[in-house]
Amino acid sequence: MKPRVAVFDFSSCEGCELQLFNLEEKFLDLIKIVDVVSFREGMKEHSDLYDIAIIDGSIMRPMDAERLKVIRKNAKTVVAIGACACIGGVNKLRNQWTSENVKREVYGDADLEGNPLFDVFPAKAVDEVVKVDYYVPGCPIDRAEFTKVITAIAMGREPRLPNYPVCVECKLRENQCVFELGMFCLGPITRAGCNAICPTHRDGCAGCRGFLEDANMDALKDVLRKYNVPMDKWLKRFDMFNCKIKREK
Amino acid sequence: MKRNLNIHIEHITRVEGHGNIVLNVKAGRIEKLQWNIPEAPRFFEAMLRGKHFNQLQPITSRICGICSIGHSLASLKATEAALGVEISEQTVLLRRLALHGENMQSHILHVGYLVAPDLFGAGSIMPLLKTAHKAVINIVKIHRLANFMSDLICGRTTHPLRFCVGGFTLLPTLKELQTLREELLNGKDTVRKVAEAIQAKVHHLPDFFRETEYIALTADNLYALYDGPVASTDTGIHPVNDYLSITNEYVLPHSTAKYTRHNRESYMVGALARFNINAAQLGPLAKEIAARFDLEPVNYNPFMNTIAQLVEIADSMEDSIAIIDELMARGLKEEQPKVKIRPGRGIGAVEVPRGILFHDYTIDELGNCIKANCIIPTNQNNANIQKDMEALVPTIIDRPQNEIELTLEMLVRAYDPCISCSTHYLKVEFK
Repeated sequence: MKPRVAVFDFSSCEGCELQLFNLEEKFLDLIKIVDVVSFREGMKEHSDLYDIAIIDGSIMRPMDAERLKVIRKNAKTVVAIGACACIGGVNKLRNQWTSENVKREVYGDADLEGNPLFDVFPAKAVDEVVKVDYYVPGCPIDRAEFTKVITAIAMGREPRLPNYPVCVECKLRENQCVFELGMFCLGPITRAGCNAICPTHRDGCAGCRGFLEDANMDALKDVLRKYNVPMDKWLKRFDMFNCKIKREK
Repeated sequence: MKRNLNIHIEHITRVEGHGNIVLNVKAGRIEKLQWNIPEAPRFFEAMLRGKHFNQLQPITSRICGICSIGHSLASLKATEAALGVEISEQTVLLRRLALHGENMQSHILHVGYLVAPDLFGAGSIMPLLKTAHKAVINIVKIHRLANFMSDLICGRTTHPLRFCVGGFTLLPTLKELQTLREELLNGKDTVRKVAEAIQAKVHHLPDFFRETEYIALTADNLYALYDGPVASTDTGIHPVNDYLSITNEYVLPHSTAKYTRHNRESYMVGALARFNINAAQLGPLAKEIAARFDLEPVNYNPFMNTIAQLVEIADSMEDSIAIIDELMARGLKEEQPKVKIRPGRGIGAVEVPRGILFHDYTIDELGNCIKANCIIPTNQNNANIQKDMEALVPTIIDRPQNEIELTLEMLVRAYDPCISCSTHYLKVEFK
């Protein structure tokens, strides 16, 4: 029997779910090996009987955490997709302020006291609330990598993510190093698998896939020294995806 | 008929984000009818405080995965206005091309994947692979073409990579543009075929009209998407810098997305608003598609927003071909954006697939953002959706419950709400 897959979204831009539509015809190949039983953005049908739960988005409120725990209970396997779900993503940019502060900035004097819709805690990655079995990192996710991970799970294999930095893929593409262009890049310590898409388009890596656990920090420091990149600038770029190091399974 | 109804549609499907509809009817009287947005708030405006001007575009791109190009462009326009950065004609042409790519991508996703299943009586596009195979293939073809276009201009379909303050980090080649041109020429026929398939089912769209105000950018000599002043069907032309007097945002306790009002209790933005204001500037293919559906300005049926999107897909294809021709004639040249830091405030307005979008930044002498405001199309449509529901429900209240539910869902879907944008949005509660 084909494994039953359900897709759920929490706090995100839903760009990662859009990548499922963007698979175009390849989506039809994917549904040959799995049954999609719930995918709110794309279908009306819904079932609570699923084997694999795919989670997009960060967790922001007690009501969302409760919903997520039910999903975890229903599913055999939980897969977090995208930076928001895997590492908290841009949502964590607000965690440096209190919830009261950000609410006041956005909603002004509106009376939100006791309203569960506005009852937010600091943004969390999915694995800060429930156990996550596998990750498809990136902002947005890479469609081919998503297909690979889901296929592996459906076939009963362990999906594997690259455990080398973005620089490896960047070199293979023979890109000019963006440090040479006076830009800043987190490629030396960020997990590969995106085919170095940002530096390829002359944009430094922002670390959306999270850092390698055994990242070579000494090498990065050498690079920063060589190109005379000040640490404060580095730290500023560092926070966009609030990267943290993911443990290898 | 003195009936009781408790409808509660939680997390309406086939829309972007989370929204609910609640309808309670007691002895034939509507006690509660509400459009709710329970999506978790994301606080982007708060996050932007203290961020360097170069970071504003990549961060705000993440407001919405479907209209990330539009958010990026509104962000860059606001940043450039604040810093006083001039951009070249070449940059404007390429940005317009990027916007057309996104408009086509988002519109065909909505028309084909989200709305078409209602017209064909299915729960998703998947069963249509058997029952309407050719139509689905043509929808996928346009979707792929639109994504190819965004890839080519922006480096990626979602969250563009080649944009920067003042211009582009990398340009497409003339050869790539030539390939894109051929694809767009082939696409014109595909749009006609999709229109034909939709036309055969268009009688499933409810015949419902409610007069309202429409707001969109407008321009003298082209169908405005990238630039222009703001036009209202009620009050005429307003400069973009007066946007706050147009949007007048307010908060309601049942919704994490804000609401707006201008001349009346609600107004509508999006493809139908643009069509109603700017139809005269559409190209021949778009006019041909509009005529096929008897769509003429001013049309007060919100369900026709989907058809206006189909018309815009055709126009985006034709205008993109014209832009490519202009770029080929001029030739492409690498430009070095000239950006100097100066303190100031800038407002950027862009027509994105779901309507007019405003970004407003204040930047300090170090180049950091100290205040940000983003007003999103879906927020501007919220009040209009509510008013449409209030006018629509009494006309369908005697129908079977599942029909009422479907009609309300279809109404919300017609607006193509983008709830992640507005924070996220829809749920029909029949209580």
